[in-house]
Amino acid sequence: MINIFEVNETNEMIEKENLDVRTITLGISLIDCITDDLEKLTCNIYEKITTTARDLVAVGKDIEKEFGIPIVNKRISVTPIGLIGASACKSPDDFVRIAKTLDEAAAKVGVNFIGGYSALVAKGMTKAEEMLIRSIPKALSSTRLVCSSVNLGSTRTGINMDAVRLMGQIICDTAEATKESDSLGCAKLVVFCNAPDDNPFMAGAFHGVTEADAIINVGVSGPGVVNTVLKKVRGESFEVLCETIKKTAFKVTRVGQLVAGEASKRLNIPFGIVDLSLAPTPAIGDSVADILCEIGLEHAGAPGTTAALALLNDQVKKGGVMASSYVGGLSGAFIPVSEDQGMIDAVEAGSLTLEKLEAMTCVCSVGLDMIAIPGDTSASTISGIIADEMAIGMVNQKTTAVRLIPVIGKGVGEKAEFGGLLGYAPIMPVNRYSCEDFINRKGRIPAPIHSFKN
Amino acid sequence: MKKTIITVVGKDTVGIIAKVCTYLANNRINILDISQTIVQDYFNMMMIVDMNDSSKPFGDVSDELAQIGEEIGVVVRCQREDIFKSMHRV
Repeated sequence: MINIFEVNETNEMIEKENLDVRTITLGISLIDCITDDLEKLTCNIYEKITTTARDLVAVGKDIEKEFGIPIVNKRISVTPIGLIGASACKSPDDFVRIAKTLDEAAAKVGVNFIGGYSALVAKGMTKAEEMLIRSIPKALSSTRLVCSSVNLGSTRTGINMDAVRLMGQIICDTAEATKESDSLGCAKLVVFCNAPDDNPFMAGAFHGVTEADAIINVGVSGPGVVNTVLKKVRGESFEVLCETIKKTAFKVTRVGQLVAGEASKRLNIPFGIVDLSLAPTPAIGDSVADILCEIGLEHAGAPGTTAALALLNDQVKKGGVMASSYVGGLSGAFIPVSEDQGMIDAVEAGSLTLEKLEAMTCVCSVGLDMIAIPGDTSASTISGIIADEMAIGMVNQKTTAVRLIPVIGKGVGEKAEFGGLLGYAPIMPVNRYSCEDFINRKGRIPAPIHSFKN
Repeated sequence: MKKTIITVVGKDTVGIIAKVCTYLANNRINILDISQTIVQDYFNMMMIVDMNDSSKPFGDVSDELAQIGEEIGVVVRCQREDIFKSMHRV
């Protein structure tokens, strides 16, 4: 039987160490909504989302209450709109209409984000996908809850450099279109290499075409829990350190698995995956950078950071994988700058640079995330940063992503304020040498030799 | 049988258990196990209960217990046992 110490341990994690389930994300296929009439298409999409997700928020709240665990976000991901709108949309503005429909449907069911305003263009772009990409600045500046993502490359296909070049410009245009709110639109836009079909986390969540009609994916969190438990093993060997992280990750993930199972049962929608991620928030103590410090660094970014992060990421996976029947999504440690107070402190102390963050993305779960850069950074430089990150993902057969925010009207030393879960970010310097001639080359980078496994 | 864990944490005072137990009895909630400690004057109790015979919805029981806790100055929490079992039992 459960004893009082176990009960207290769990409740302390929830109350004092910010243990929560970060998101229940309901993936909805919109493939059966497709028609060549835009009016009909938007009606179908609205109907499908508001019917399938009708009870999502209420069920989430019931689970929170019964188990006493906060579920911070309830979200929806849909089939990439680049596919769904291909037949009906004749212009980028037609796609913006679908974005507005998604926004209305999300508001109606009470979720806080809807992802899937996306295009999968790892090898090439269809006309429709190019139109969707060109509509992103307007779509993100005229909606509140819509998140957008574009997959630009994969280990199997190589990198679509035409799309990388285009996305550099689109990020600049999105920043410009939302400059009144410190270019917040860019916080809802992410580019990927090897994007997973079942990611529950925003801004990159979409419901892949390999998925069922509807599915429940859950993202757990818990940097504060890992941090607290590591305080008890200061000075111990790597073996003790790793075992401690593993056991904690197991416990955290079990909660995610429980919540996923309950949500699936109550909504009568199949369970997809648990994403075992250490996802930080700006709350004090809920920081991945603080864990790196607890492992033994003065600040995130100091020599040893990449090794410490590699160790952390691997132990989180090893502990979590046994705790869940299906693991997927991004799974690992997230290292966003603006959403993690320890990362912000490291940047402000001069310890963490864009180049070190790039190295860290080789061993963490995703990539360059929520990084504010000067508003006058050129589109080709942004494309260059994206290309570097895509290359890391392609060669290392992992998911990588870029979510950069060129803050219009601000420069190094100033801050971008986003508010809420998105936090604030000190603007980081970017290498000023040009890569324009490289980015202006047409076509794609071929897939690496080790992708030919057949 | 789905079990529920009720925890009571707060400054020790007369009649904490009595008040909580009276509420449970009035709502046909059966107590299966009680354990209790006092750490530095802080009262810390855990009950394992069976709510199957209670006609009240879980949410109402949880809210009303929290309310009773507020009246005596302690925190009363009501959670399904599953969250602890999944975390602490393989």
